[in-house]
Amino acid sequence: MACIEARGLRKAFGTTIALDGLDLRVEEGRILGLIGPNGAGKTTALNAILGLTPYQGELKVLGRDPWTARDQLMRDVSFIADVAVLPRWIRVSQVVEYVAGVHPRFDRAKAEGFLAKTTIKRASKVRELSKGMVAQLHLALVMAIDAKLLVLDEPTLGLDILYRKQFYDSLLNDYFDRTRTIVVTTHQVEEVQHILTDVMFINRGRIVLDCSMEEFESRYLEVMVHPQHVAAARALKPIHERQVFGRSILLFDGVDRHRLAALGEVRTPGIADLFVAVMGNQAGAAQGAAA
Amino acid sequence: MNTPSNAVPQSPLDPRAVTPTTMSETRPLYWSIRRELWENRSIYIAPLVVAGVVLLGFLIATIGRAVATADPAQRAAVLVERNNFAAGVIMATAFIVGVFYCLDALHGERRDRSILFWKSLPVSDLTTVLSKASIPLVVLPLLTFAIIVVMQLVMLLLSTAVLLMSGLGVATLWTPLPLFQMSLVLLYHLVTVHVLWHAPIYAWLLLVSGWARRAVFLWAVLPVVAIQIVEKIAFNTSYIASILGHRLAGPEGFHFTAPGSAPVHPLMTFDPAKFLSTPGLWIGLAFAAAFLAAAVRLRRYQGPI
Repeated sequence: MACIEARGLRKAFGTTIALDGLDLRVEEGRILGLIGPNGAGKTTALNAILGLTPYQGELKVLGRDPWTARDQLMRDVSFIADVAVLPRWIRVSQVVEYVAGVHPRFDRAKAEGFLAKTTIKRASKVRELSKGMVAQLHLALVMAIDAKLLVLDEPTLGLDILYRKQFYDSLLNDYFDRTRTIVVTTHQVEEVQHILTDVMFINRGRIVLDCSMEEFESRYLEVMVHPQHVAAARALKPIHERQVFGRSILLFDGVDRHRLAALGEVRTPGIADLFVAVMGNQAGAAQGAAA
Repeated sequence: MNTPSNAVPQSPLDPRAVTPTTMSETRPLYWSIRRELWENRSIYIAPLVVAGVVLLGFLIATIGRAVATADPAQRAAVLVERNNFAAGVIMATAFIVGVFYCLDALHGERRDRSILFWKSLPVSDLTTVLSKASIPLVVLPLLTFAIIVVMQLVMLLLSTAVLLMSGLGVATLWTPLPLFQMSLVLLYHLVTVHVLWHAPIYAWLLLVSGWARRAVFLWAVLPVVAIQIVEKIAFNTSYIASILGHRLAGPEGFHFTAPGSAPVHPLMTFDPAKFLSTPGLWIGLAFAAAFLAAAVRLRRYQGPI
């Protein structure tokens, strides 16, 4: 069974179209990175998946309709939206107690265990914690919930690099077990690239790229071309070209690795570089269509 | 608390699904009410502080006047009057606390974005709104009752102590004060007026707090004032004003909601049949139910502001 299945998902705010017939399928046990520019519809898509916003079209999350069954769905789904959404007045001990009280799949001992590894005091109020500590607290709560789907919407926004790294490390080591599904959006793409199993690009409310990381690695190659081979390389129709320190770096889609190796150093591109290429081409195509 | 009522359709082979899902439907409600009390400590602090102030004033007055008033009947009458006044003050405090609580209840969580956290937990919008409505409709009346009863006992004991110290008889003070009957009348008054009769007021405030993006108090009050102005100018009548006044003051036969004239006089006649047959009661409750239903529906659509 697919964990998330959407067909023709639509959502408009007034005249602004946030989701323009989005199709999406996420299988169980995947870690999906949902990447898109600001205003691409990422958060709207996640909100629809979480039952926070009504939508048109078909959407099933773990077999349920999120809009009509949010509270039941939330037994199996956890999410961290933005950073600081924990109420500022609550004490650490209270929030643990509350989640233990209302959540049938919350393992209190596990949460206490995660918290013990941090410097967070039980008697502190959330407002007294640093931003990084609030993120740690939220993560400790969420990781102690035995959920089937975890949704992270910019979970590390505004955190320093140490906290960000720690966040994804503990997620991978202490939480992910290949039966759970994780969907994450972030602008710090390069930091999550190594943990993803799948990547999706979203732009103007539509999915523009959807592939697994294995597919990504075999399909997309980046070549730092030797100056004498630039013309030959360009003849192979790169999808993107950029200059770094006077050398041309060309990005290819589906060109044989051995063929490229003759032209220069071949490597797997960063998701961020592919993102720039795909979005750049999209913008170009849109302009061409408009002209 | 022990019915495994929220059995999610799970495959019985999934070992993770077996143990933790025994949780009753009322547990989220219980914890949500506790959560409200953690957040809004003024719910119990304010009435307690007022009770303390009342007791302090009473202590000063008792010591000052104990010797002066020799007539036992008069002394008892003074005590009853003080009791009534004290009860009225606590009830007025609870009403104000309830009003301000409701104005913030569904607005605060949107303002500080914590609604995203609350909505990430398996608590329905219905449970959330009911937990918030039960603060003015259940928690505050019970608290008011407990505080008033304890306060009156303390006042009686203080009077007794002072009388004993001044060498006067105590029996005359206790006989005209049927404590149990007084508590019963107080409870009846709280349930009929402060819960059932005032329910639409609190429900309206909750609805506005869930709807307004800012200036909740103005949105709660101004439309009501505007309707009255229109009525006055258009028809030169003031029915709406009298309906609203009636709603605030309590149903017919209860002329004691103003502080200073509390309903604890043991001779007061109370007539449940008459109260239950008041159309205003049922109309008010219907409004309260409609407002709360709208608030539940609204919360589903609302996110942070």
